Amino acid sequence: MIYDAAVIGAGTAGLAAALRMAEGGLKVIVYAKGVGSTHLTGGTIDVLGYTPHLVEHPETELPSFVDAHPDHPYARLSVATINDALGWFRGRMTTYDYTGNLAANLMLPTAAGAPKPSALVPETMAAGDLRGGGRFVIVGFTQLKDFYPAYLADNLSRFEAAPGLPVNARSVTQRAPIAQADVTPLSFARHFEDAEFRKAVIAGLEREVGGSDAVGFPAVLGLGEARTVCQELQDGLGLPVFEVPTLPPSVPGMRMFNALKRALSKAGGTVVMGGPALGADATGERVEALVTAAAARTRSYRARHFVLATGGFASGGIVMDSTGAVKESVLGLPVAGVPPTGEERFSPGYWASHPMARAGVAVDDALRPVDADGDVLYANVRIAGAAIAGAEPWREKSGEGITLATGYAAASSILESDA
Amino acid sequence: MDLIDRLADEGAHESVRASLDHCVKCTICESFCPFSAATPLFPGPKFVGPQAERFRDPTGSSPDISLDYCSGCGICTQVCPQGVKIAEINARARGRLWAERGVPLRNKLIARPSLSGRLATPFAGPVNWALGNPYVRNLVERIGGVHRHAPLPRFAGRTFRAWARKHRSPVAPKTIVYFHGCSTNYFEPSLGAMAVAVLEHNGYRVIIPRQDCCGLPLQSNGSFDAARTYVRRLAASLAPYARRGHDIVATSTSCSLMLKREALEILDVDDPDLAIVSARTYDICEYLVLLHERGELATDLEPLEATVPYHAPCQQRGHGIGKPAMELFALIPGLNAVDLDIDCCGIAGTYGLKKEKYDISMAVGDRLFKEVRTAGSEVAACDSETCRWQITHGSGVPAVHPIELLYRSYNLSG
Repeated sequence: MIYDAAVIGAGTAGLAAALRMAEGGLKVIVYAKGVGSTHLTGGTIDVLGYTPHLVEHPETELPSFVDAHPDHPYARLSVATINDALGWFRGRMTTYDYTGNLAANLMLPTAAGAPKPSALVPETMAAGDLRGGGRFVIVGFTQLKDFYPAYLADNLSRFEAAPGLPVNARSVTQRAPIAQADVTPLSFARHFEDAEFRKAVIAGLEREVGGSDAVGFPAVLGLGEARTVCQELQDGLGLPVFEVPTLPPSVPGMRMFNALKRALSKAGGTVVMGGPALGADATGERVEALVTAAAARTRSYRARHFVLATGGFASGGIVMDSTGAVKESVLGLPVAGVPPTGEERFSPGYWASHPMARAGVAVDDALRPVDADGDVLYANVRIAGAAIAGAEPWREKSGEGITLATGYAAASSILESDA
Repeated sequence: MDLIDRLADEGAHESVRASLDHCVKCTICESFCPFSAATPLFPGPKFVGPQAERFRDPTGSSPDISLDYCSGCGICTQVCPQGVKIAEINARARGRLWAERGVPLRNKLIARPSLSGRLATPFAGPVNWALGNPYVRNLVERIGGVHRHAPLPRFAGRTFRAWARKHRSPVAPKTIVYFHGCSTNYFEPSLGAMAVAVLEHNGYRVIIPRQDCCGLPLQSNGSFDAARTYVRRLAASLAPYARRGHDIVATSTSCSLMLKREALEILDVDDPDLAIVSARTYDICEYLVLLHERGELATDLEPLEATVPYHAPCQQRGHGIGKPAMELFALIPGLNAVDLDIDCCGIAGTYGLKKEKYDISMAVGDRLFKEVRTAGSEVAACDSETCRWQITHGSGVPAVHPIELLYRSYNLSG
């Protein structure tokens, strides 16, 4: 079979690109070494949070940000495309609603109690918006490791939304009615889908949350039934309830993965996972087939278009060997933004801007890979997500925005080229 | 060269064990494990795998019995974004666990389908009656540890080999070898006949060499030495054909995975017979799709007006070949095949037969059973025999091998 499009990578960028193409009537296959970034992210779509000053209105600030960073992935997209990508994504999250837009960032607490700017957020998190200040109770469970409500609340209380708009937070730790001593976030989420369990949690908290404006929980409030679980807690406690993302595995990330994958399957797309993509068969400017590692032999998938959504260094999409040579790992594409030999790759300060941080594949406005002269290397390949050069997502708080918008735009570009 | 590649050159064992150093503790495997989701008795693939492996002294004992609640479905390895061979690490550790403690008699018995097949076939009538009788099953559960409701297959009473001995495959331009496995021989001989007919229809003379069990059930029940003996013997009987350049196709997807990968990666069987057999062995749907890609598959397929829910079994996904059955179904006019896209049916070979694991197995399969029932079809399709029996048991809908649908669409019943 010749697929219309083969996508490499099953993170947010890969799944979004695949789903959009499948919806557009293309026969799509997603090939991935394993599950991607979704399970590690908090579930919010952060488009632009710092430039380095705090961004309150991404839509207004994106044009000047792009002017200042002409090699940034956002410089390859229009603000309208980023907006469309967010709108499209919201429309796909049918059982797990999202709220927000490019006009203004919400400020949501992280598990460390730091306010983080996000453009599009799960509705289950929205009541944690700190922009208006307020009084919050943060709930933790003794059996849930890695979520410290007192630490979160203390840090949160140091934040002042604006002069005269303080944040006051306190914590409550509850023993959940689970026999085990150490329970994962996912297991908690499954317990929350049991009505009896919810009742017990509500009963234990009723007298603890008085005098507050909203109650924060670790983001374990159900997997497929998050909407119902949150509503019931809200009704039971008589207060708005919000989730705070936990350390991985991230339940909100799983909800996103499940929704995207289910929609893709419904739209006729195929997902194959398990072995690495080894390379590609290419003739001149075109990739003909993706070569993958199957049991006992390789397996090739022929396609007319390819989307490379393999991520950056963290997920092996970009690799550096012991000699310092850097390349893209599937097609061997050149990597832009690598400091020349002899120059420093990293700064001494952990939080500082690192010369190496923006390394990735350079792309044109159709997200096709280009060489140092700007010439297109493969006309039927698009790059999406963290493999693209030019961003420092952890400093900009732009990671999900880039992956989602470039995944969406890569698909659009392919659909347009076919039209 | 990557450390993992280097170690791969030094033997499968080292590469499997060394892969644990790629574990970044993201717990994605934990989130996908269908068995830890169904029982607190299994803490999950990361905990008993990359985590516990660091504490397993090659010379010391392996204390953790919770490992036995891993079904070996292999989903953890498939979803791991770092390439850690979690299921393989766990299978090896389970082998050691049972080597130390002694494999229970029950595990030894249910892991030898060819032995039970040989013994029971002449008495299929009474044996099937007995295994369908609640009193007998109650007794079998108490004495033998096989759950009274577990989906045991019915003996066909006639073997596929008996059919094959009488069958003359017509002279054809191409030759292929059929590895039928135990279940086709003793439980589903008609599947073997259908596979042969489909291959012959595609211009192959089909050779059916003498063959015995691949050893997979023994491996998953912890009898590694016995499993090695079986898989070596099977490889030796298939190797002469592979050396002559013949490809080998199999309808039993877990058994072909044993030949392709597991015997090397889990059992450390590193011999030349296995290597050549491994390189020549294909899942039958995989093979037919490759034929189709070369434009060599017969496409005189007649319409089958039906909706068929399809379940790709865990072991099938372990081949890393996508879902070739779905690609074949797409060629059949009128057939609406629905990929259920559910991780596991719960049976995992012999796991769900065991009295202490039956309920876990049924809980794992619950969503699949519901979806199969909801589809409202006359049949479901699935590549693996034990999964088919489990689906039929859990949903009440008979499950067939994808080849059966192709056979019907080719209209080969004569």
